[in-house]
Amino acid sequence: MAPIVSRGFRGRRPADVDPARIPPGQYVTADFPVLSAGPTPDTALELWDFSIVGELDEPRGWTWEEFRALPSQEITRDIHCVTKWSKLGTVWRGVSVDTLLEGIQTAARFVTQYSDGGYTTNLPLEDVTGGKAWVVYAYAGQPLEPEHGGPARMLVPQHYFWKSAKWVRGLRLQSTDQPGFWETNGYHNYGDPWQQQRYAGD
Amino acid sequence: MAATALRGRLTWQLAELVEAVAETPRVKTIVFDVPGWPGHRAGQHVDVRLTAEDGYQAERSYSIASAPDGTRVALTVQRLDDGEVSPYLTDGLRPGDKIELRGPIGGYFVWEPSEGGPLMLVAGGSGIVPLMAMIRTRAAAGDDTETRLLYSSRSQDDVIYRDELERLSGNGLTVVHALTDSQPPGWTSYARRVDAEMLAEVAPSPG
Repeated sequence: MAPIVSRGFRGRRPADVDPARIPPGQYVTADFPVLSAGPTPDTALELWDFSIVGELDEPRGWTWEEFRALPSQEITRDIHCVTKWSKLGTVWRGVSVDTLLEGIQTAARFVTQYSDGGYTTNLPLEDVTGGKAWVVYAYAGQPLEPEHGGPARMLVPQHYFWKSAKWVRGLRLQSTDQPGFWETNGYHNYGDPWQQQRYAGD
Repeated sequence: MAATALRGRLTWQLAELVEAVAETPRVKTIVFDVPGWPGHRAGQHVDVRLTAEDGYQAERSYSIASAPDGTRVALTVQRLDDGEVSPYLTDGLRPGDKIELRGPIGGYFVWEPSEGGPLMLVAGGSGIVPLMAMIRTRAAAGDDTETRLLYSSRSQDDVIYRDELERLSGNGLTVVHALTDSQPPGWTSYARRVDAEMLAEVAPSPG
């Protein structure tokens, strides 16, 4: 159906934002809204670890100390939430997934991020490699707040932000695609904001 | 939760405003007729799309306020004075005007009487809307599932659905208000923000 004009609606396009940076249907916010499907987990750093499991010869794991000793990057990206807010130029620090997967031989074509609290989200493996995804532990120069996914969360900014799991604890490499939490609750399996892939069928 | 909450592709549908009801000075319920509406479950939401004459579009998500009722879909919208969409929905729309929406969306934060209870519902301000859909669905079904609603508002004048909540109380529904900023004379309920102690006092005891 061709869109109909809403009588008298003009919209308020922000004057200071390049419209080419805003995916369709999104609006820019200066806030950092907090959305989650359940309570905020509270995992002590001594008990925290990060694992690569699934289709690889030998699972990999890092304690918090080991993880923090890995080479890290500062990453500045625009992020887009399926609930329609976008936040531009967010600055993070963390470890590239390329670093975590270095030297791993795998036939896996898919990856599931899994988190404290049971959250999961899935992507093709090629969408988290090649400088497209990080495990981040700092935001705007400060340790990542628990409500934003701290101590560490995924950052996969080319997808809607539910594809960047909060409280992430590992990556499971898989030969078959396993839809995650929101993907089995009506949301799109791939979630490209530029294609407006919000819901199943989009 | 059912993965079948969404059947096929969610297409944009025309929705015609049939009624607008002021709930508080800043909040309105807008009722649409959506031909072909497939029905919904309490707690689901819709996406709303507005299009300006030059083709510019804005989208937002709003919770559905109404229990399933044929092709009628009610949204309750709080006007944010510097907002782009909410002032148009609350003050710009006239009966007969059409907007676009698609839905129902979401299969996680939903409740139906068949799921039973007890229910502990906690809301602040306009966060009441999806919970009201549950309370209305429960009432429409004649369901008596034990339900506690703890509802925090700034003042008595900011309480959305105040009269209806009072009317629906009983039959297993208990409504407890917290007024955070100002309270009317003789106020005996909570006069602070929701906290753990309040939750413990209001929640049904386990077992």
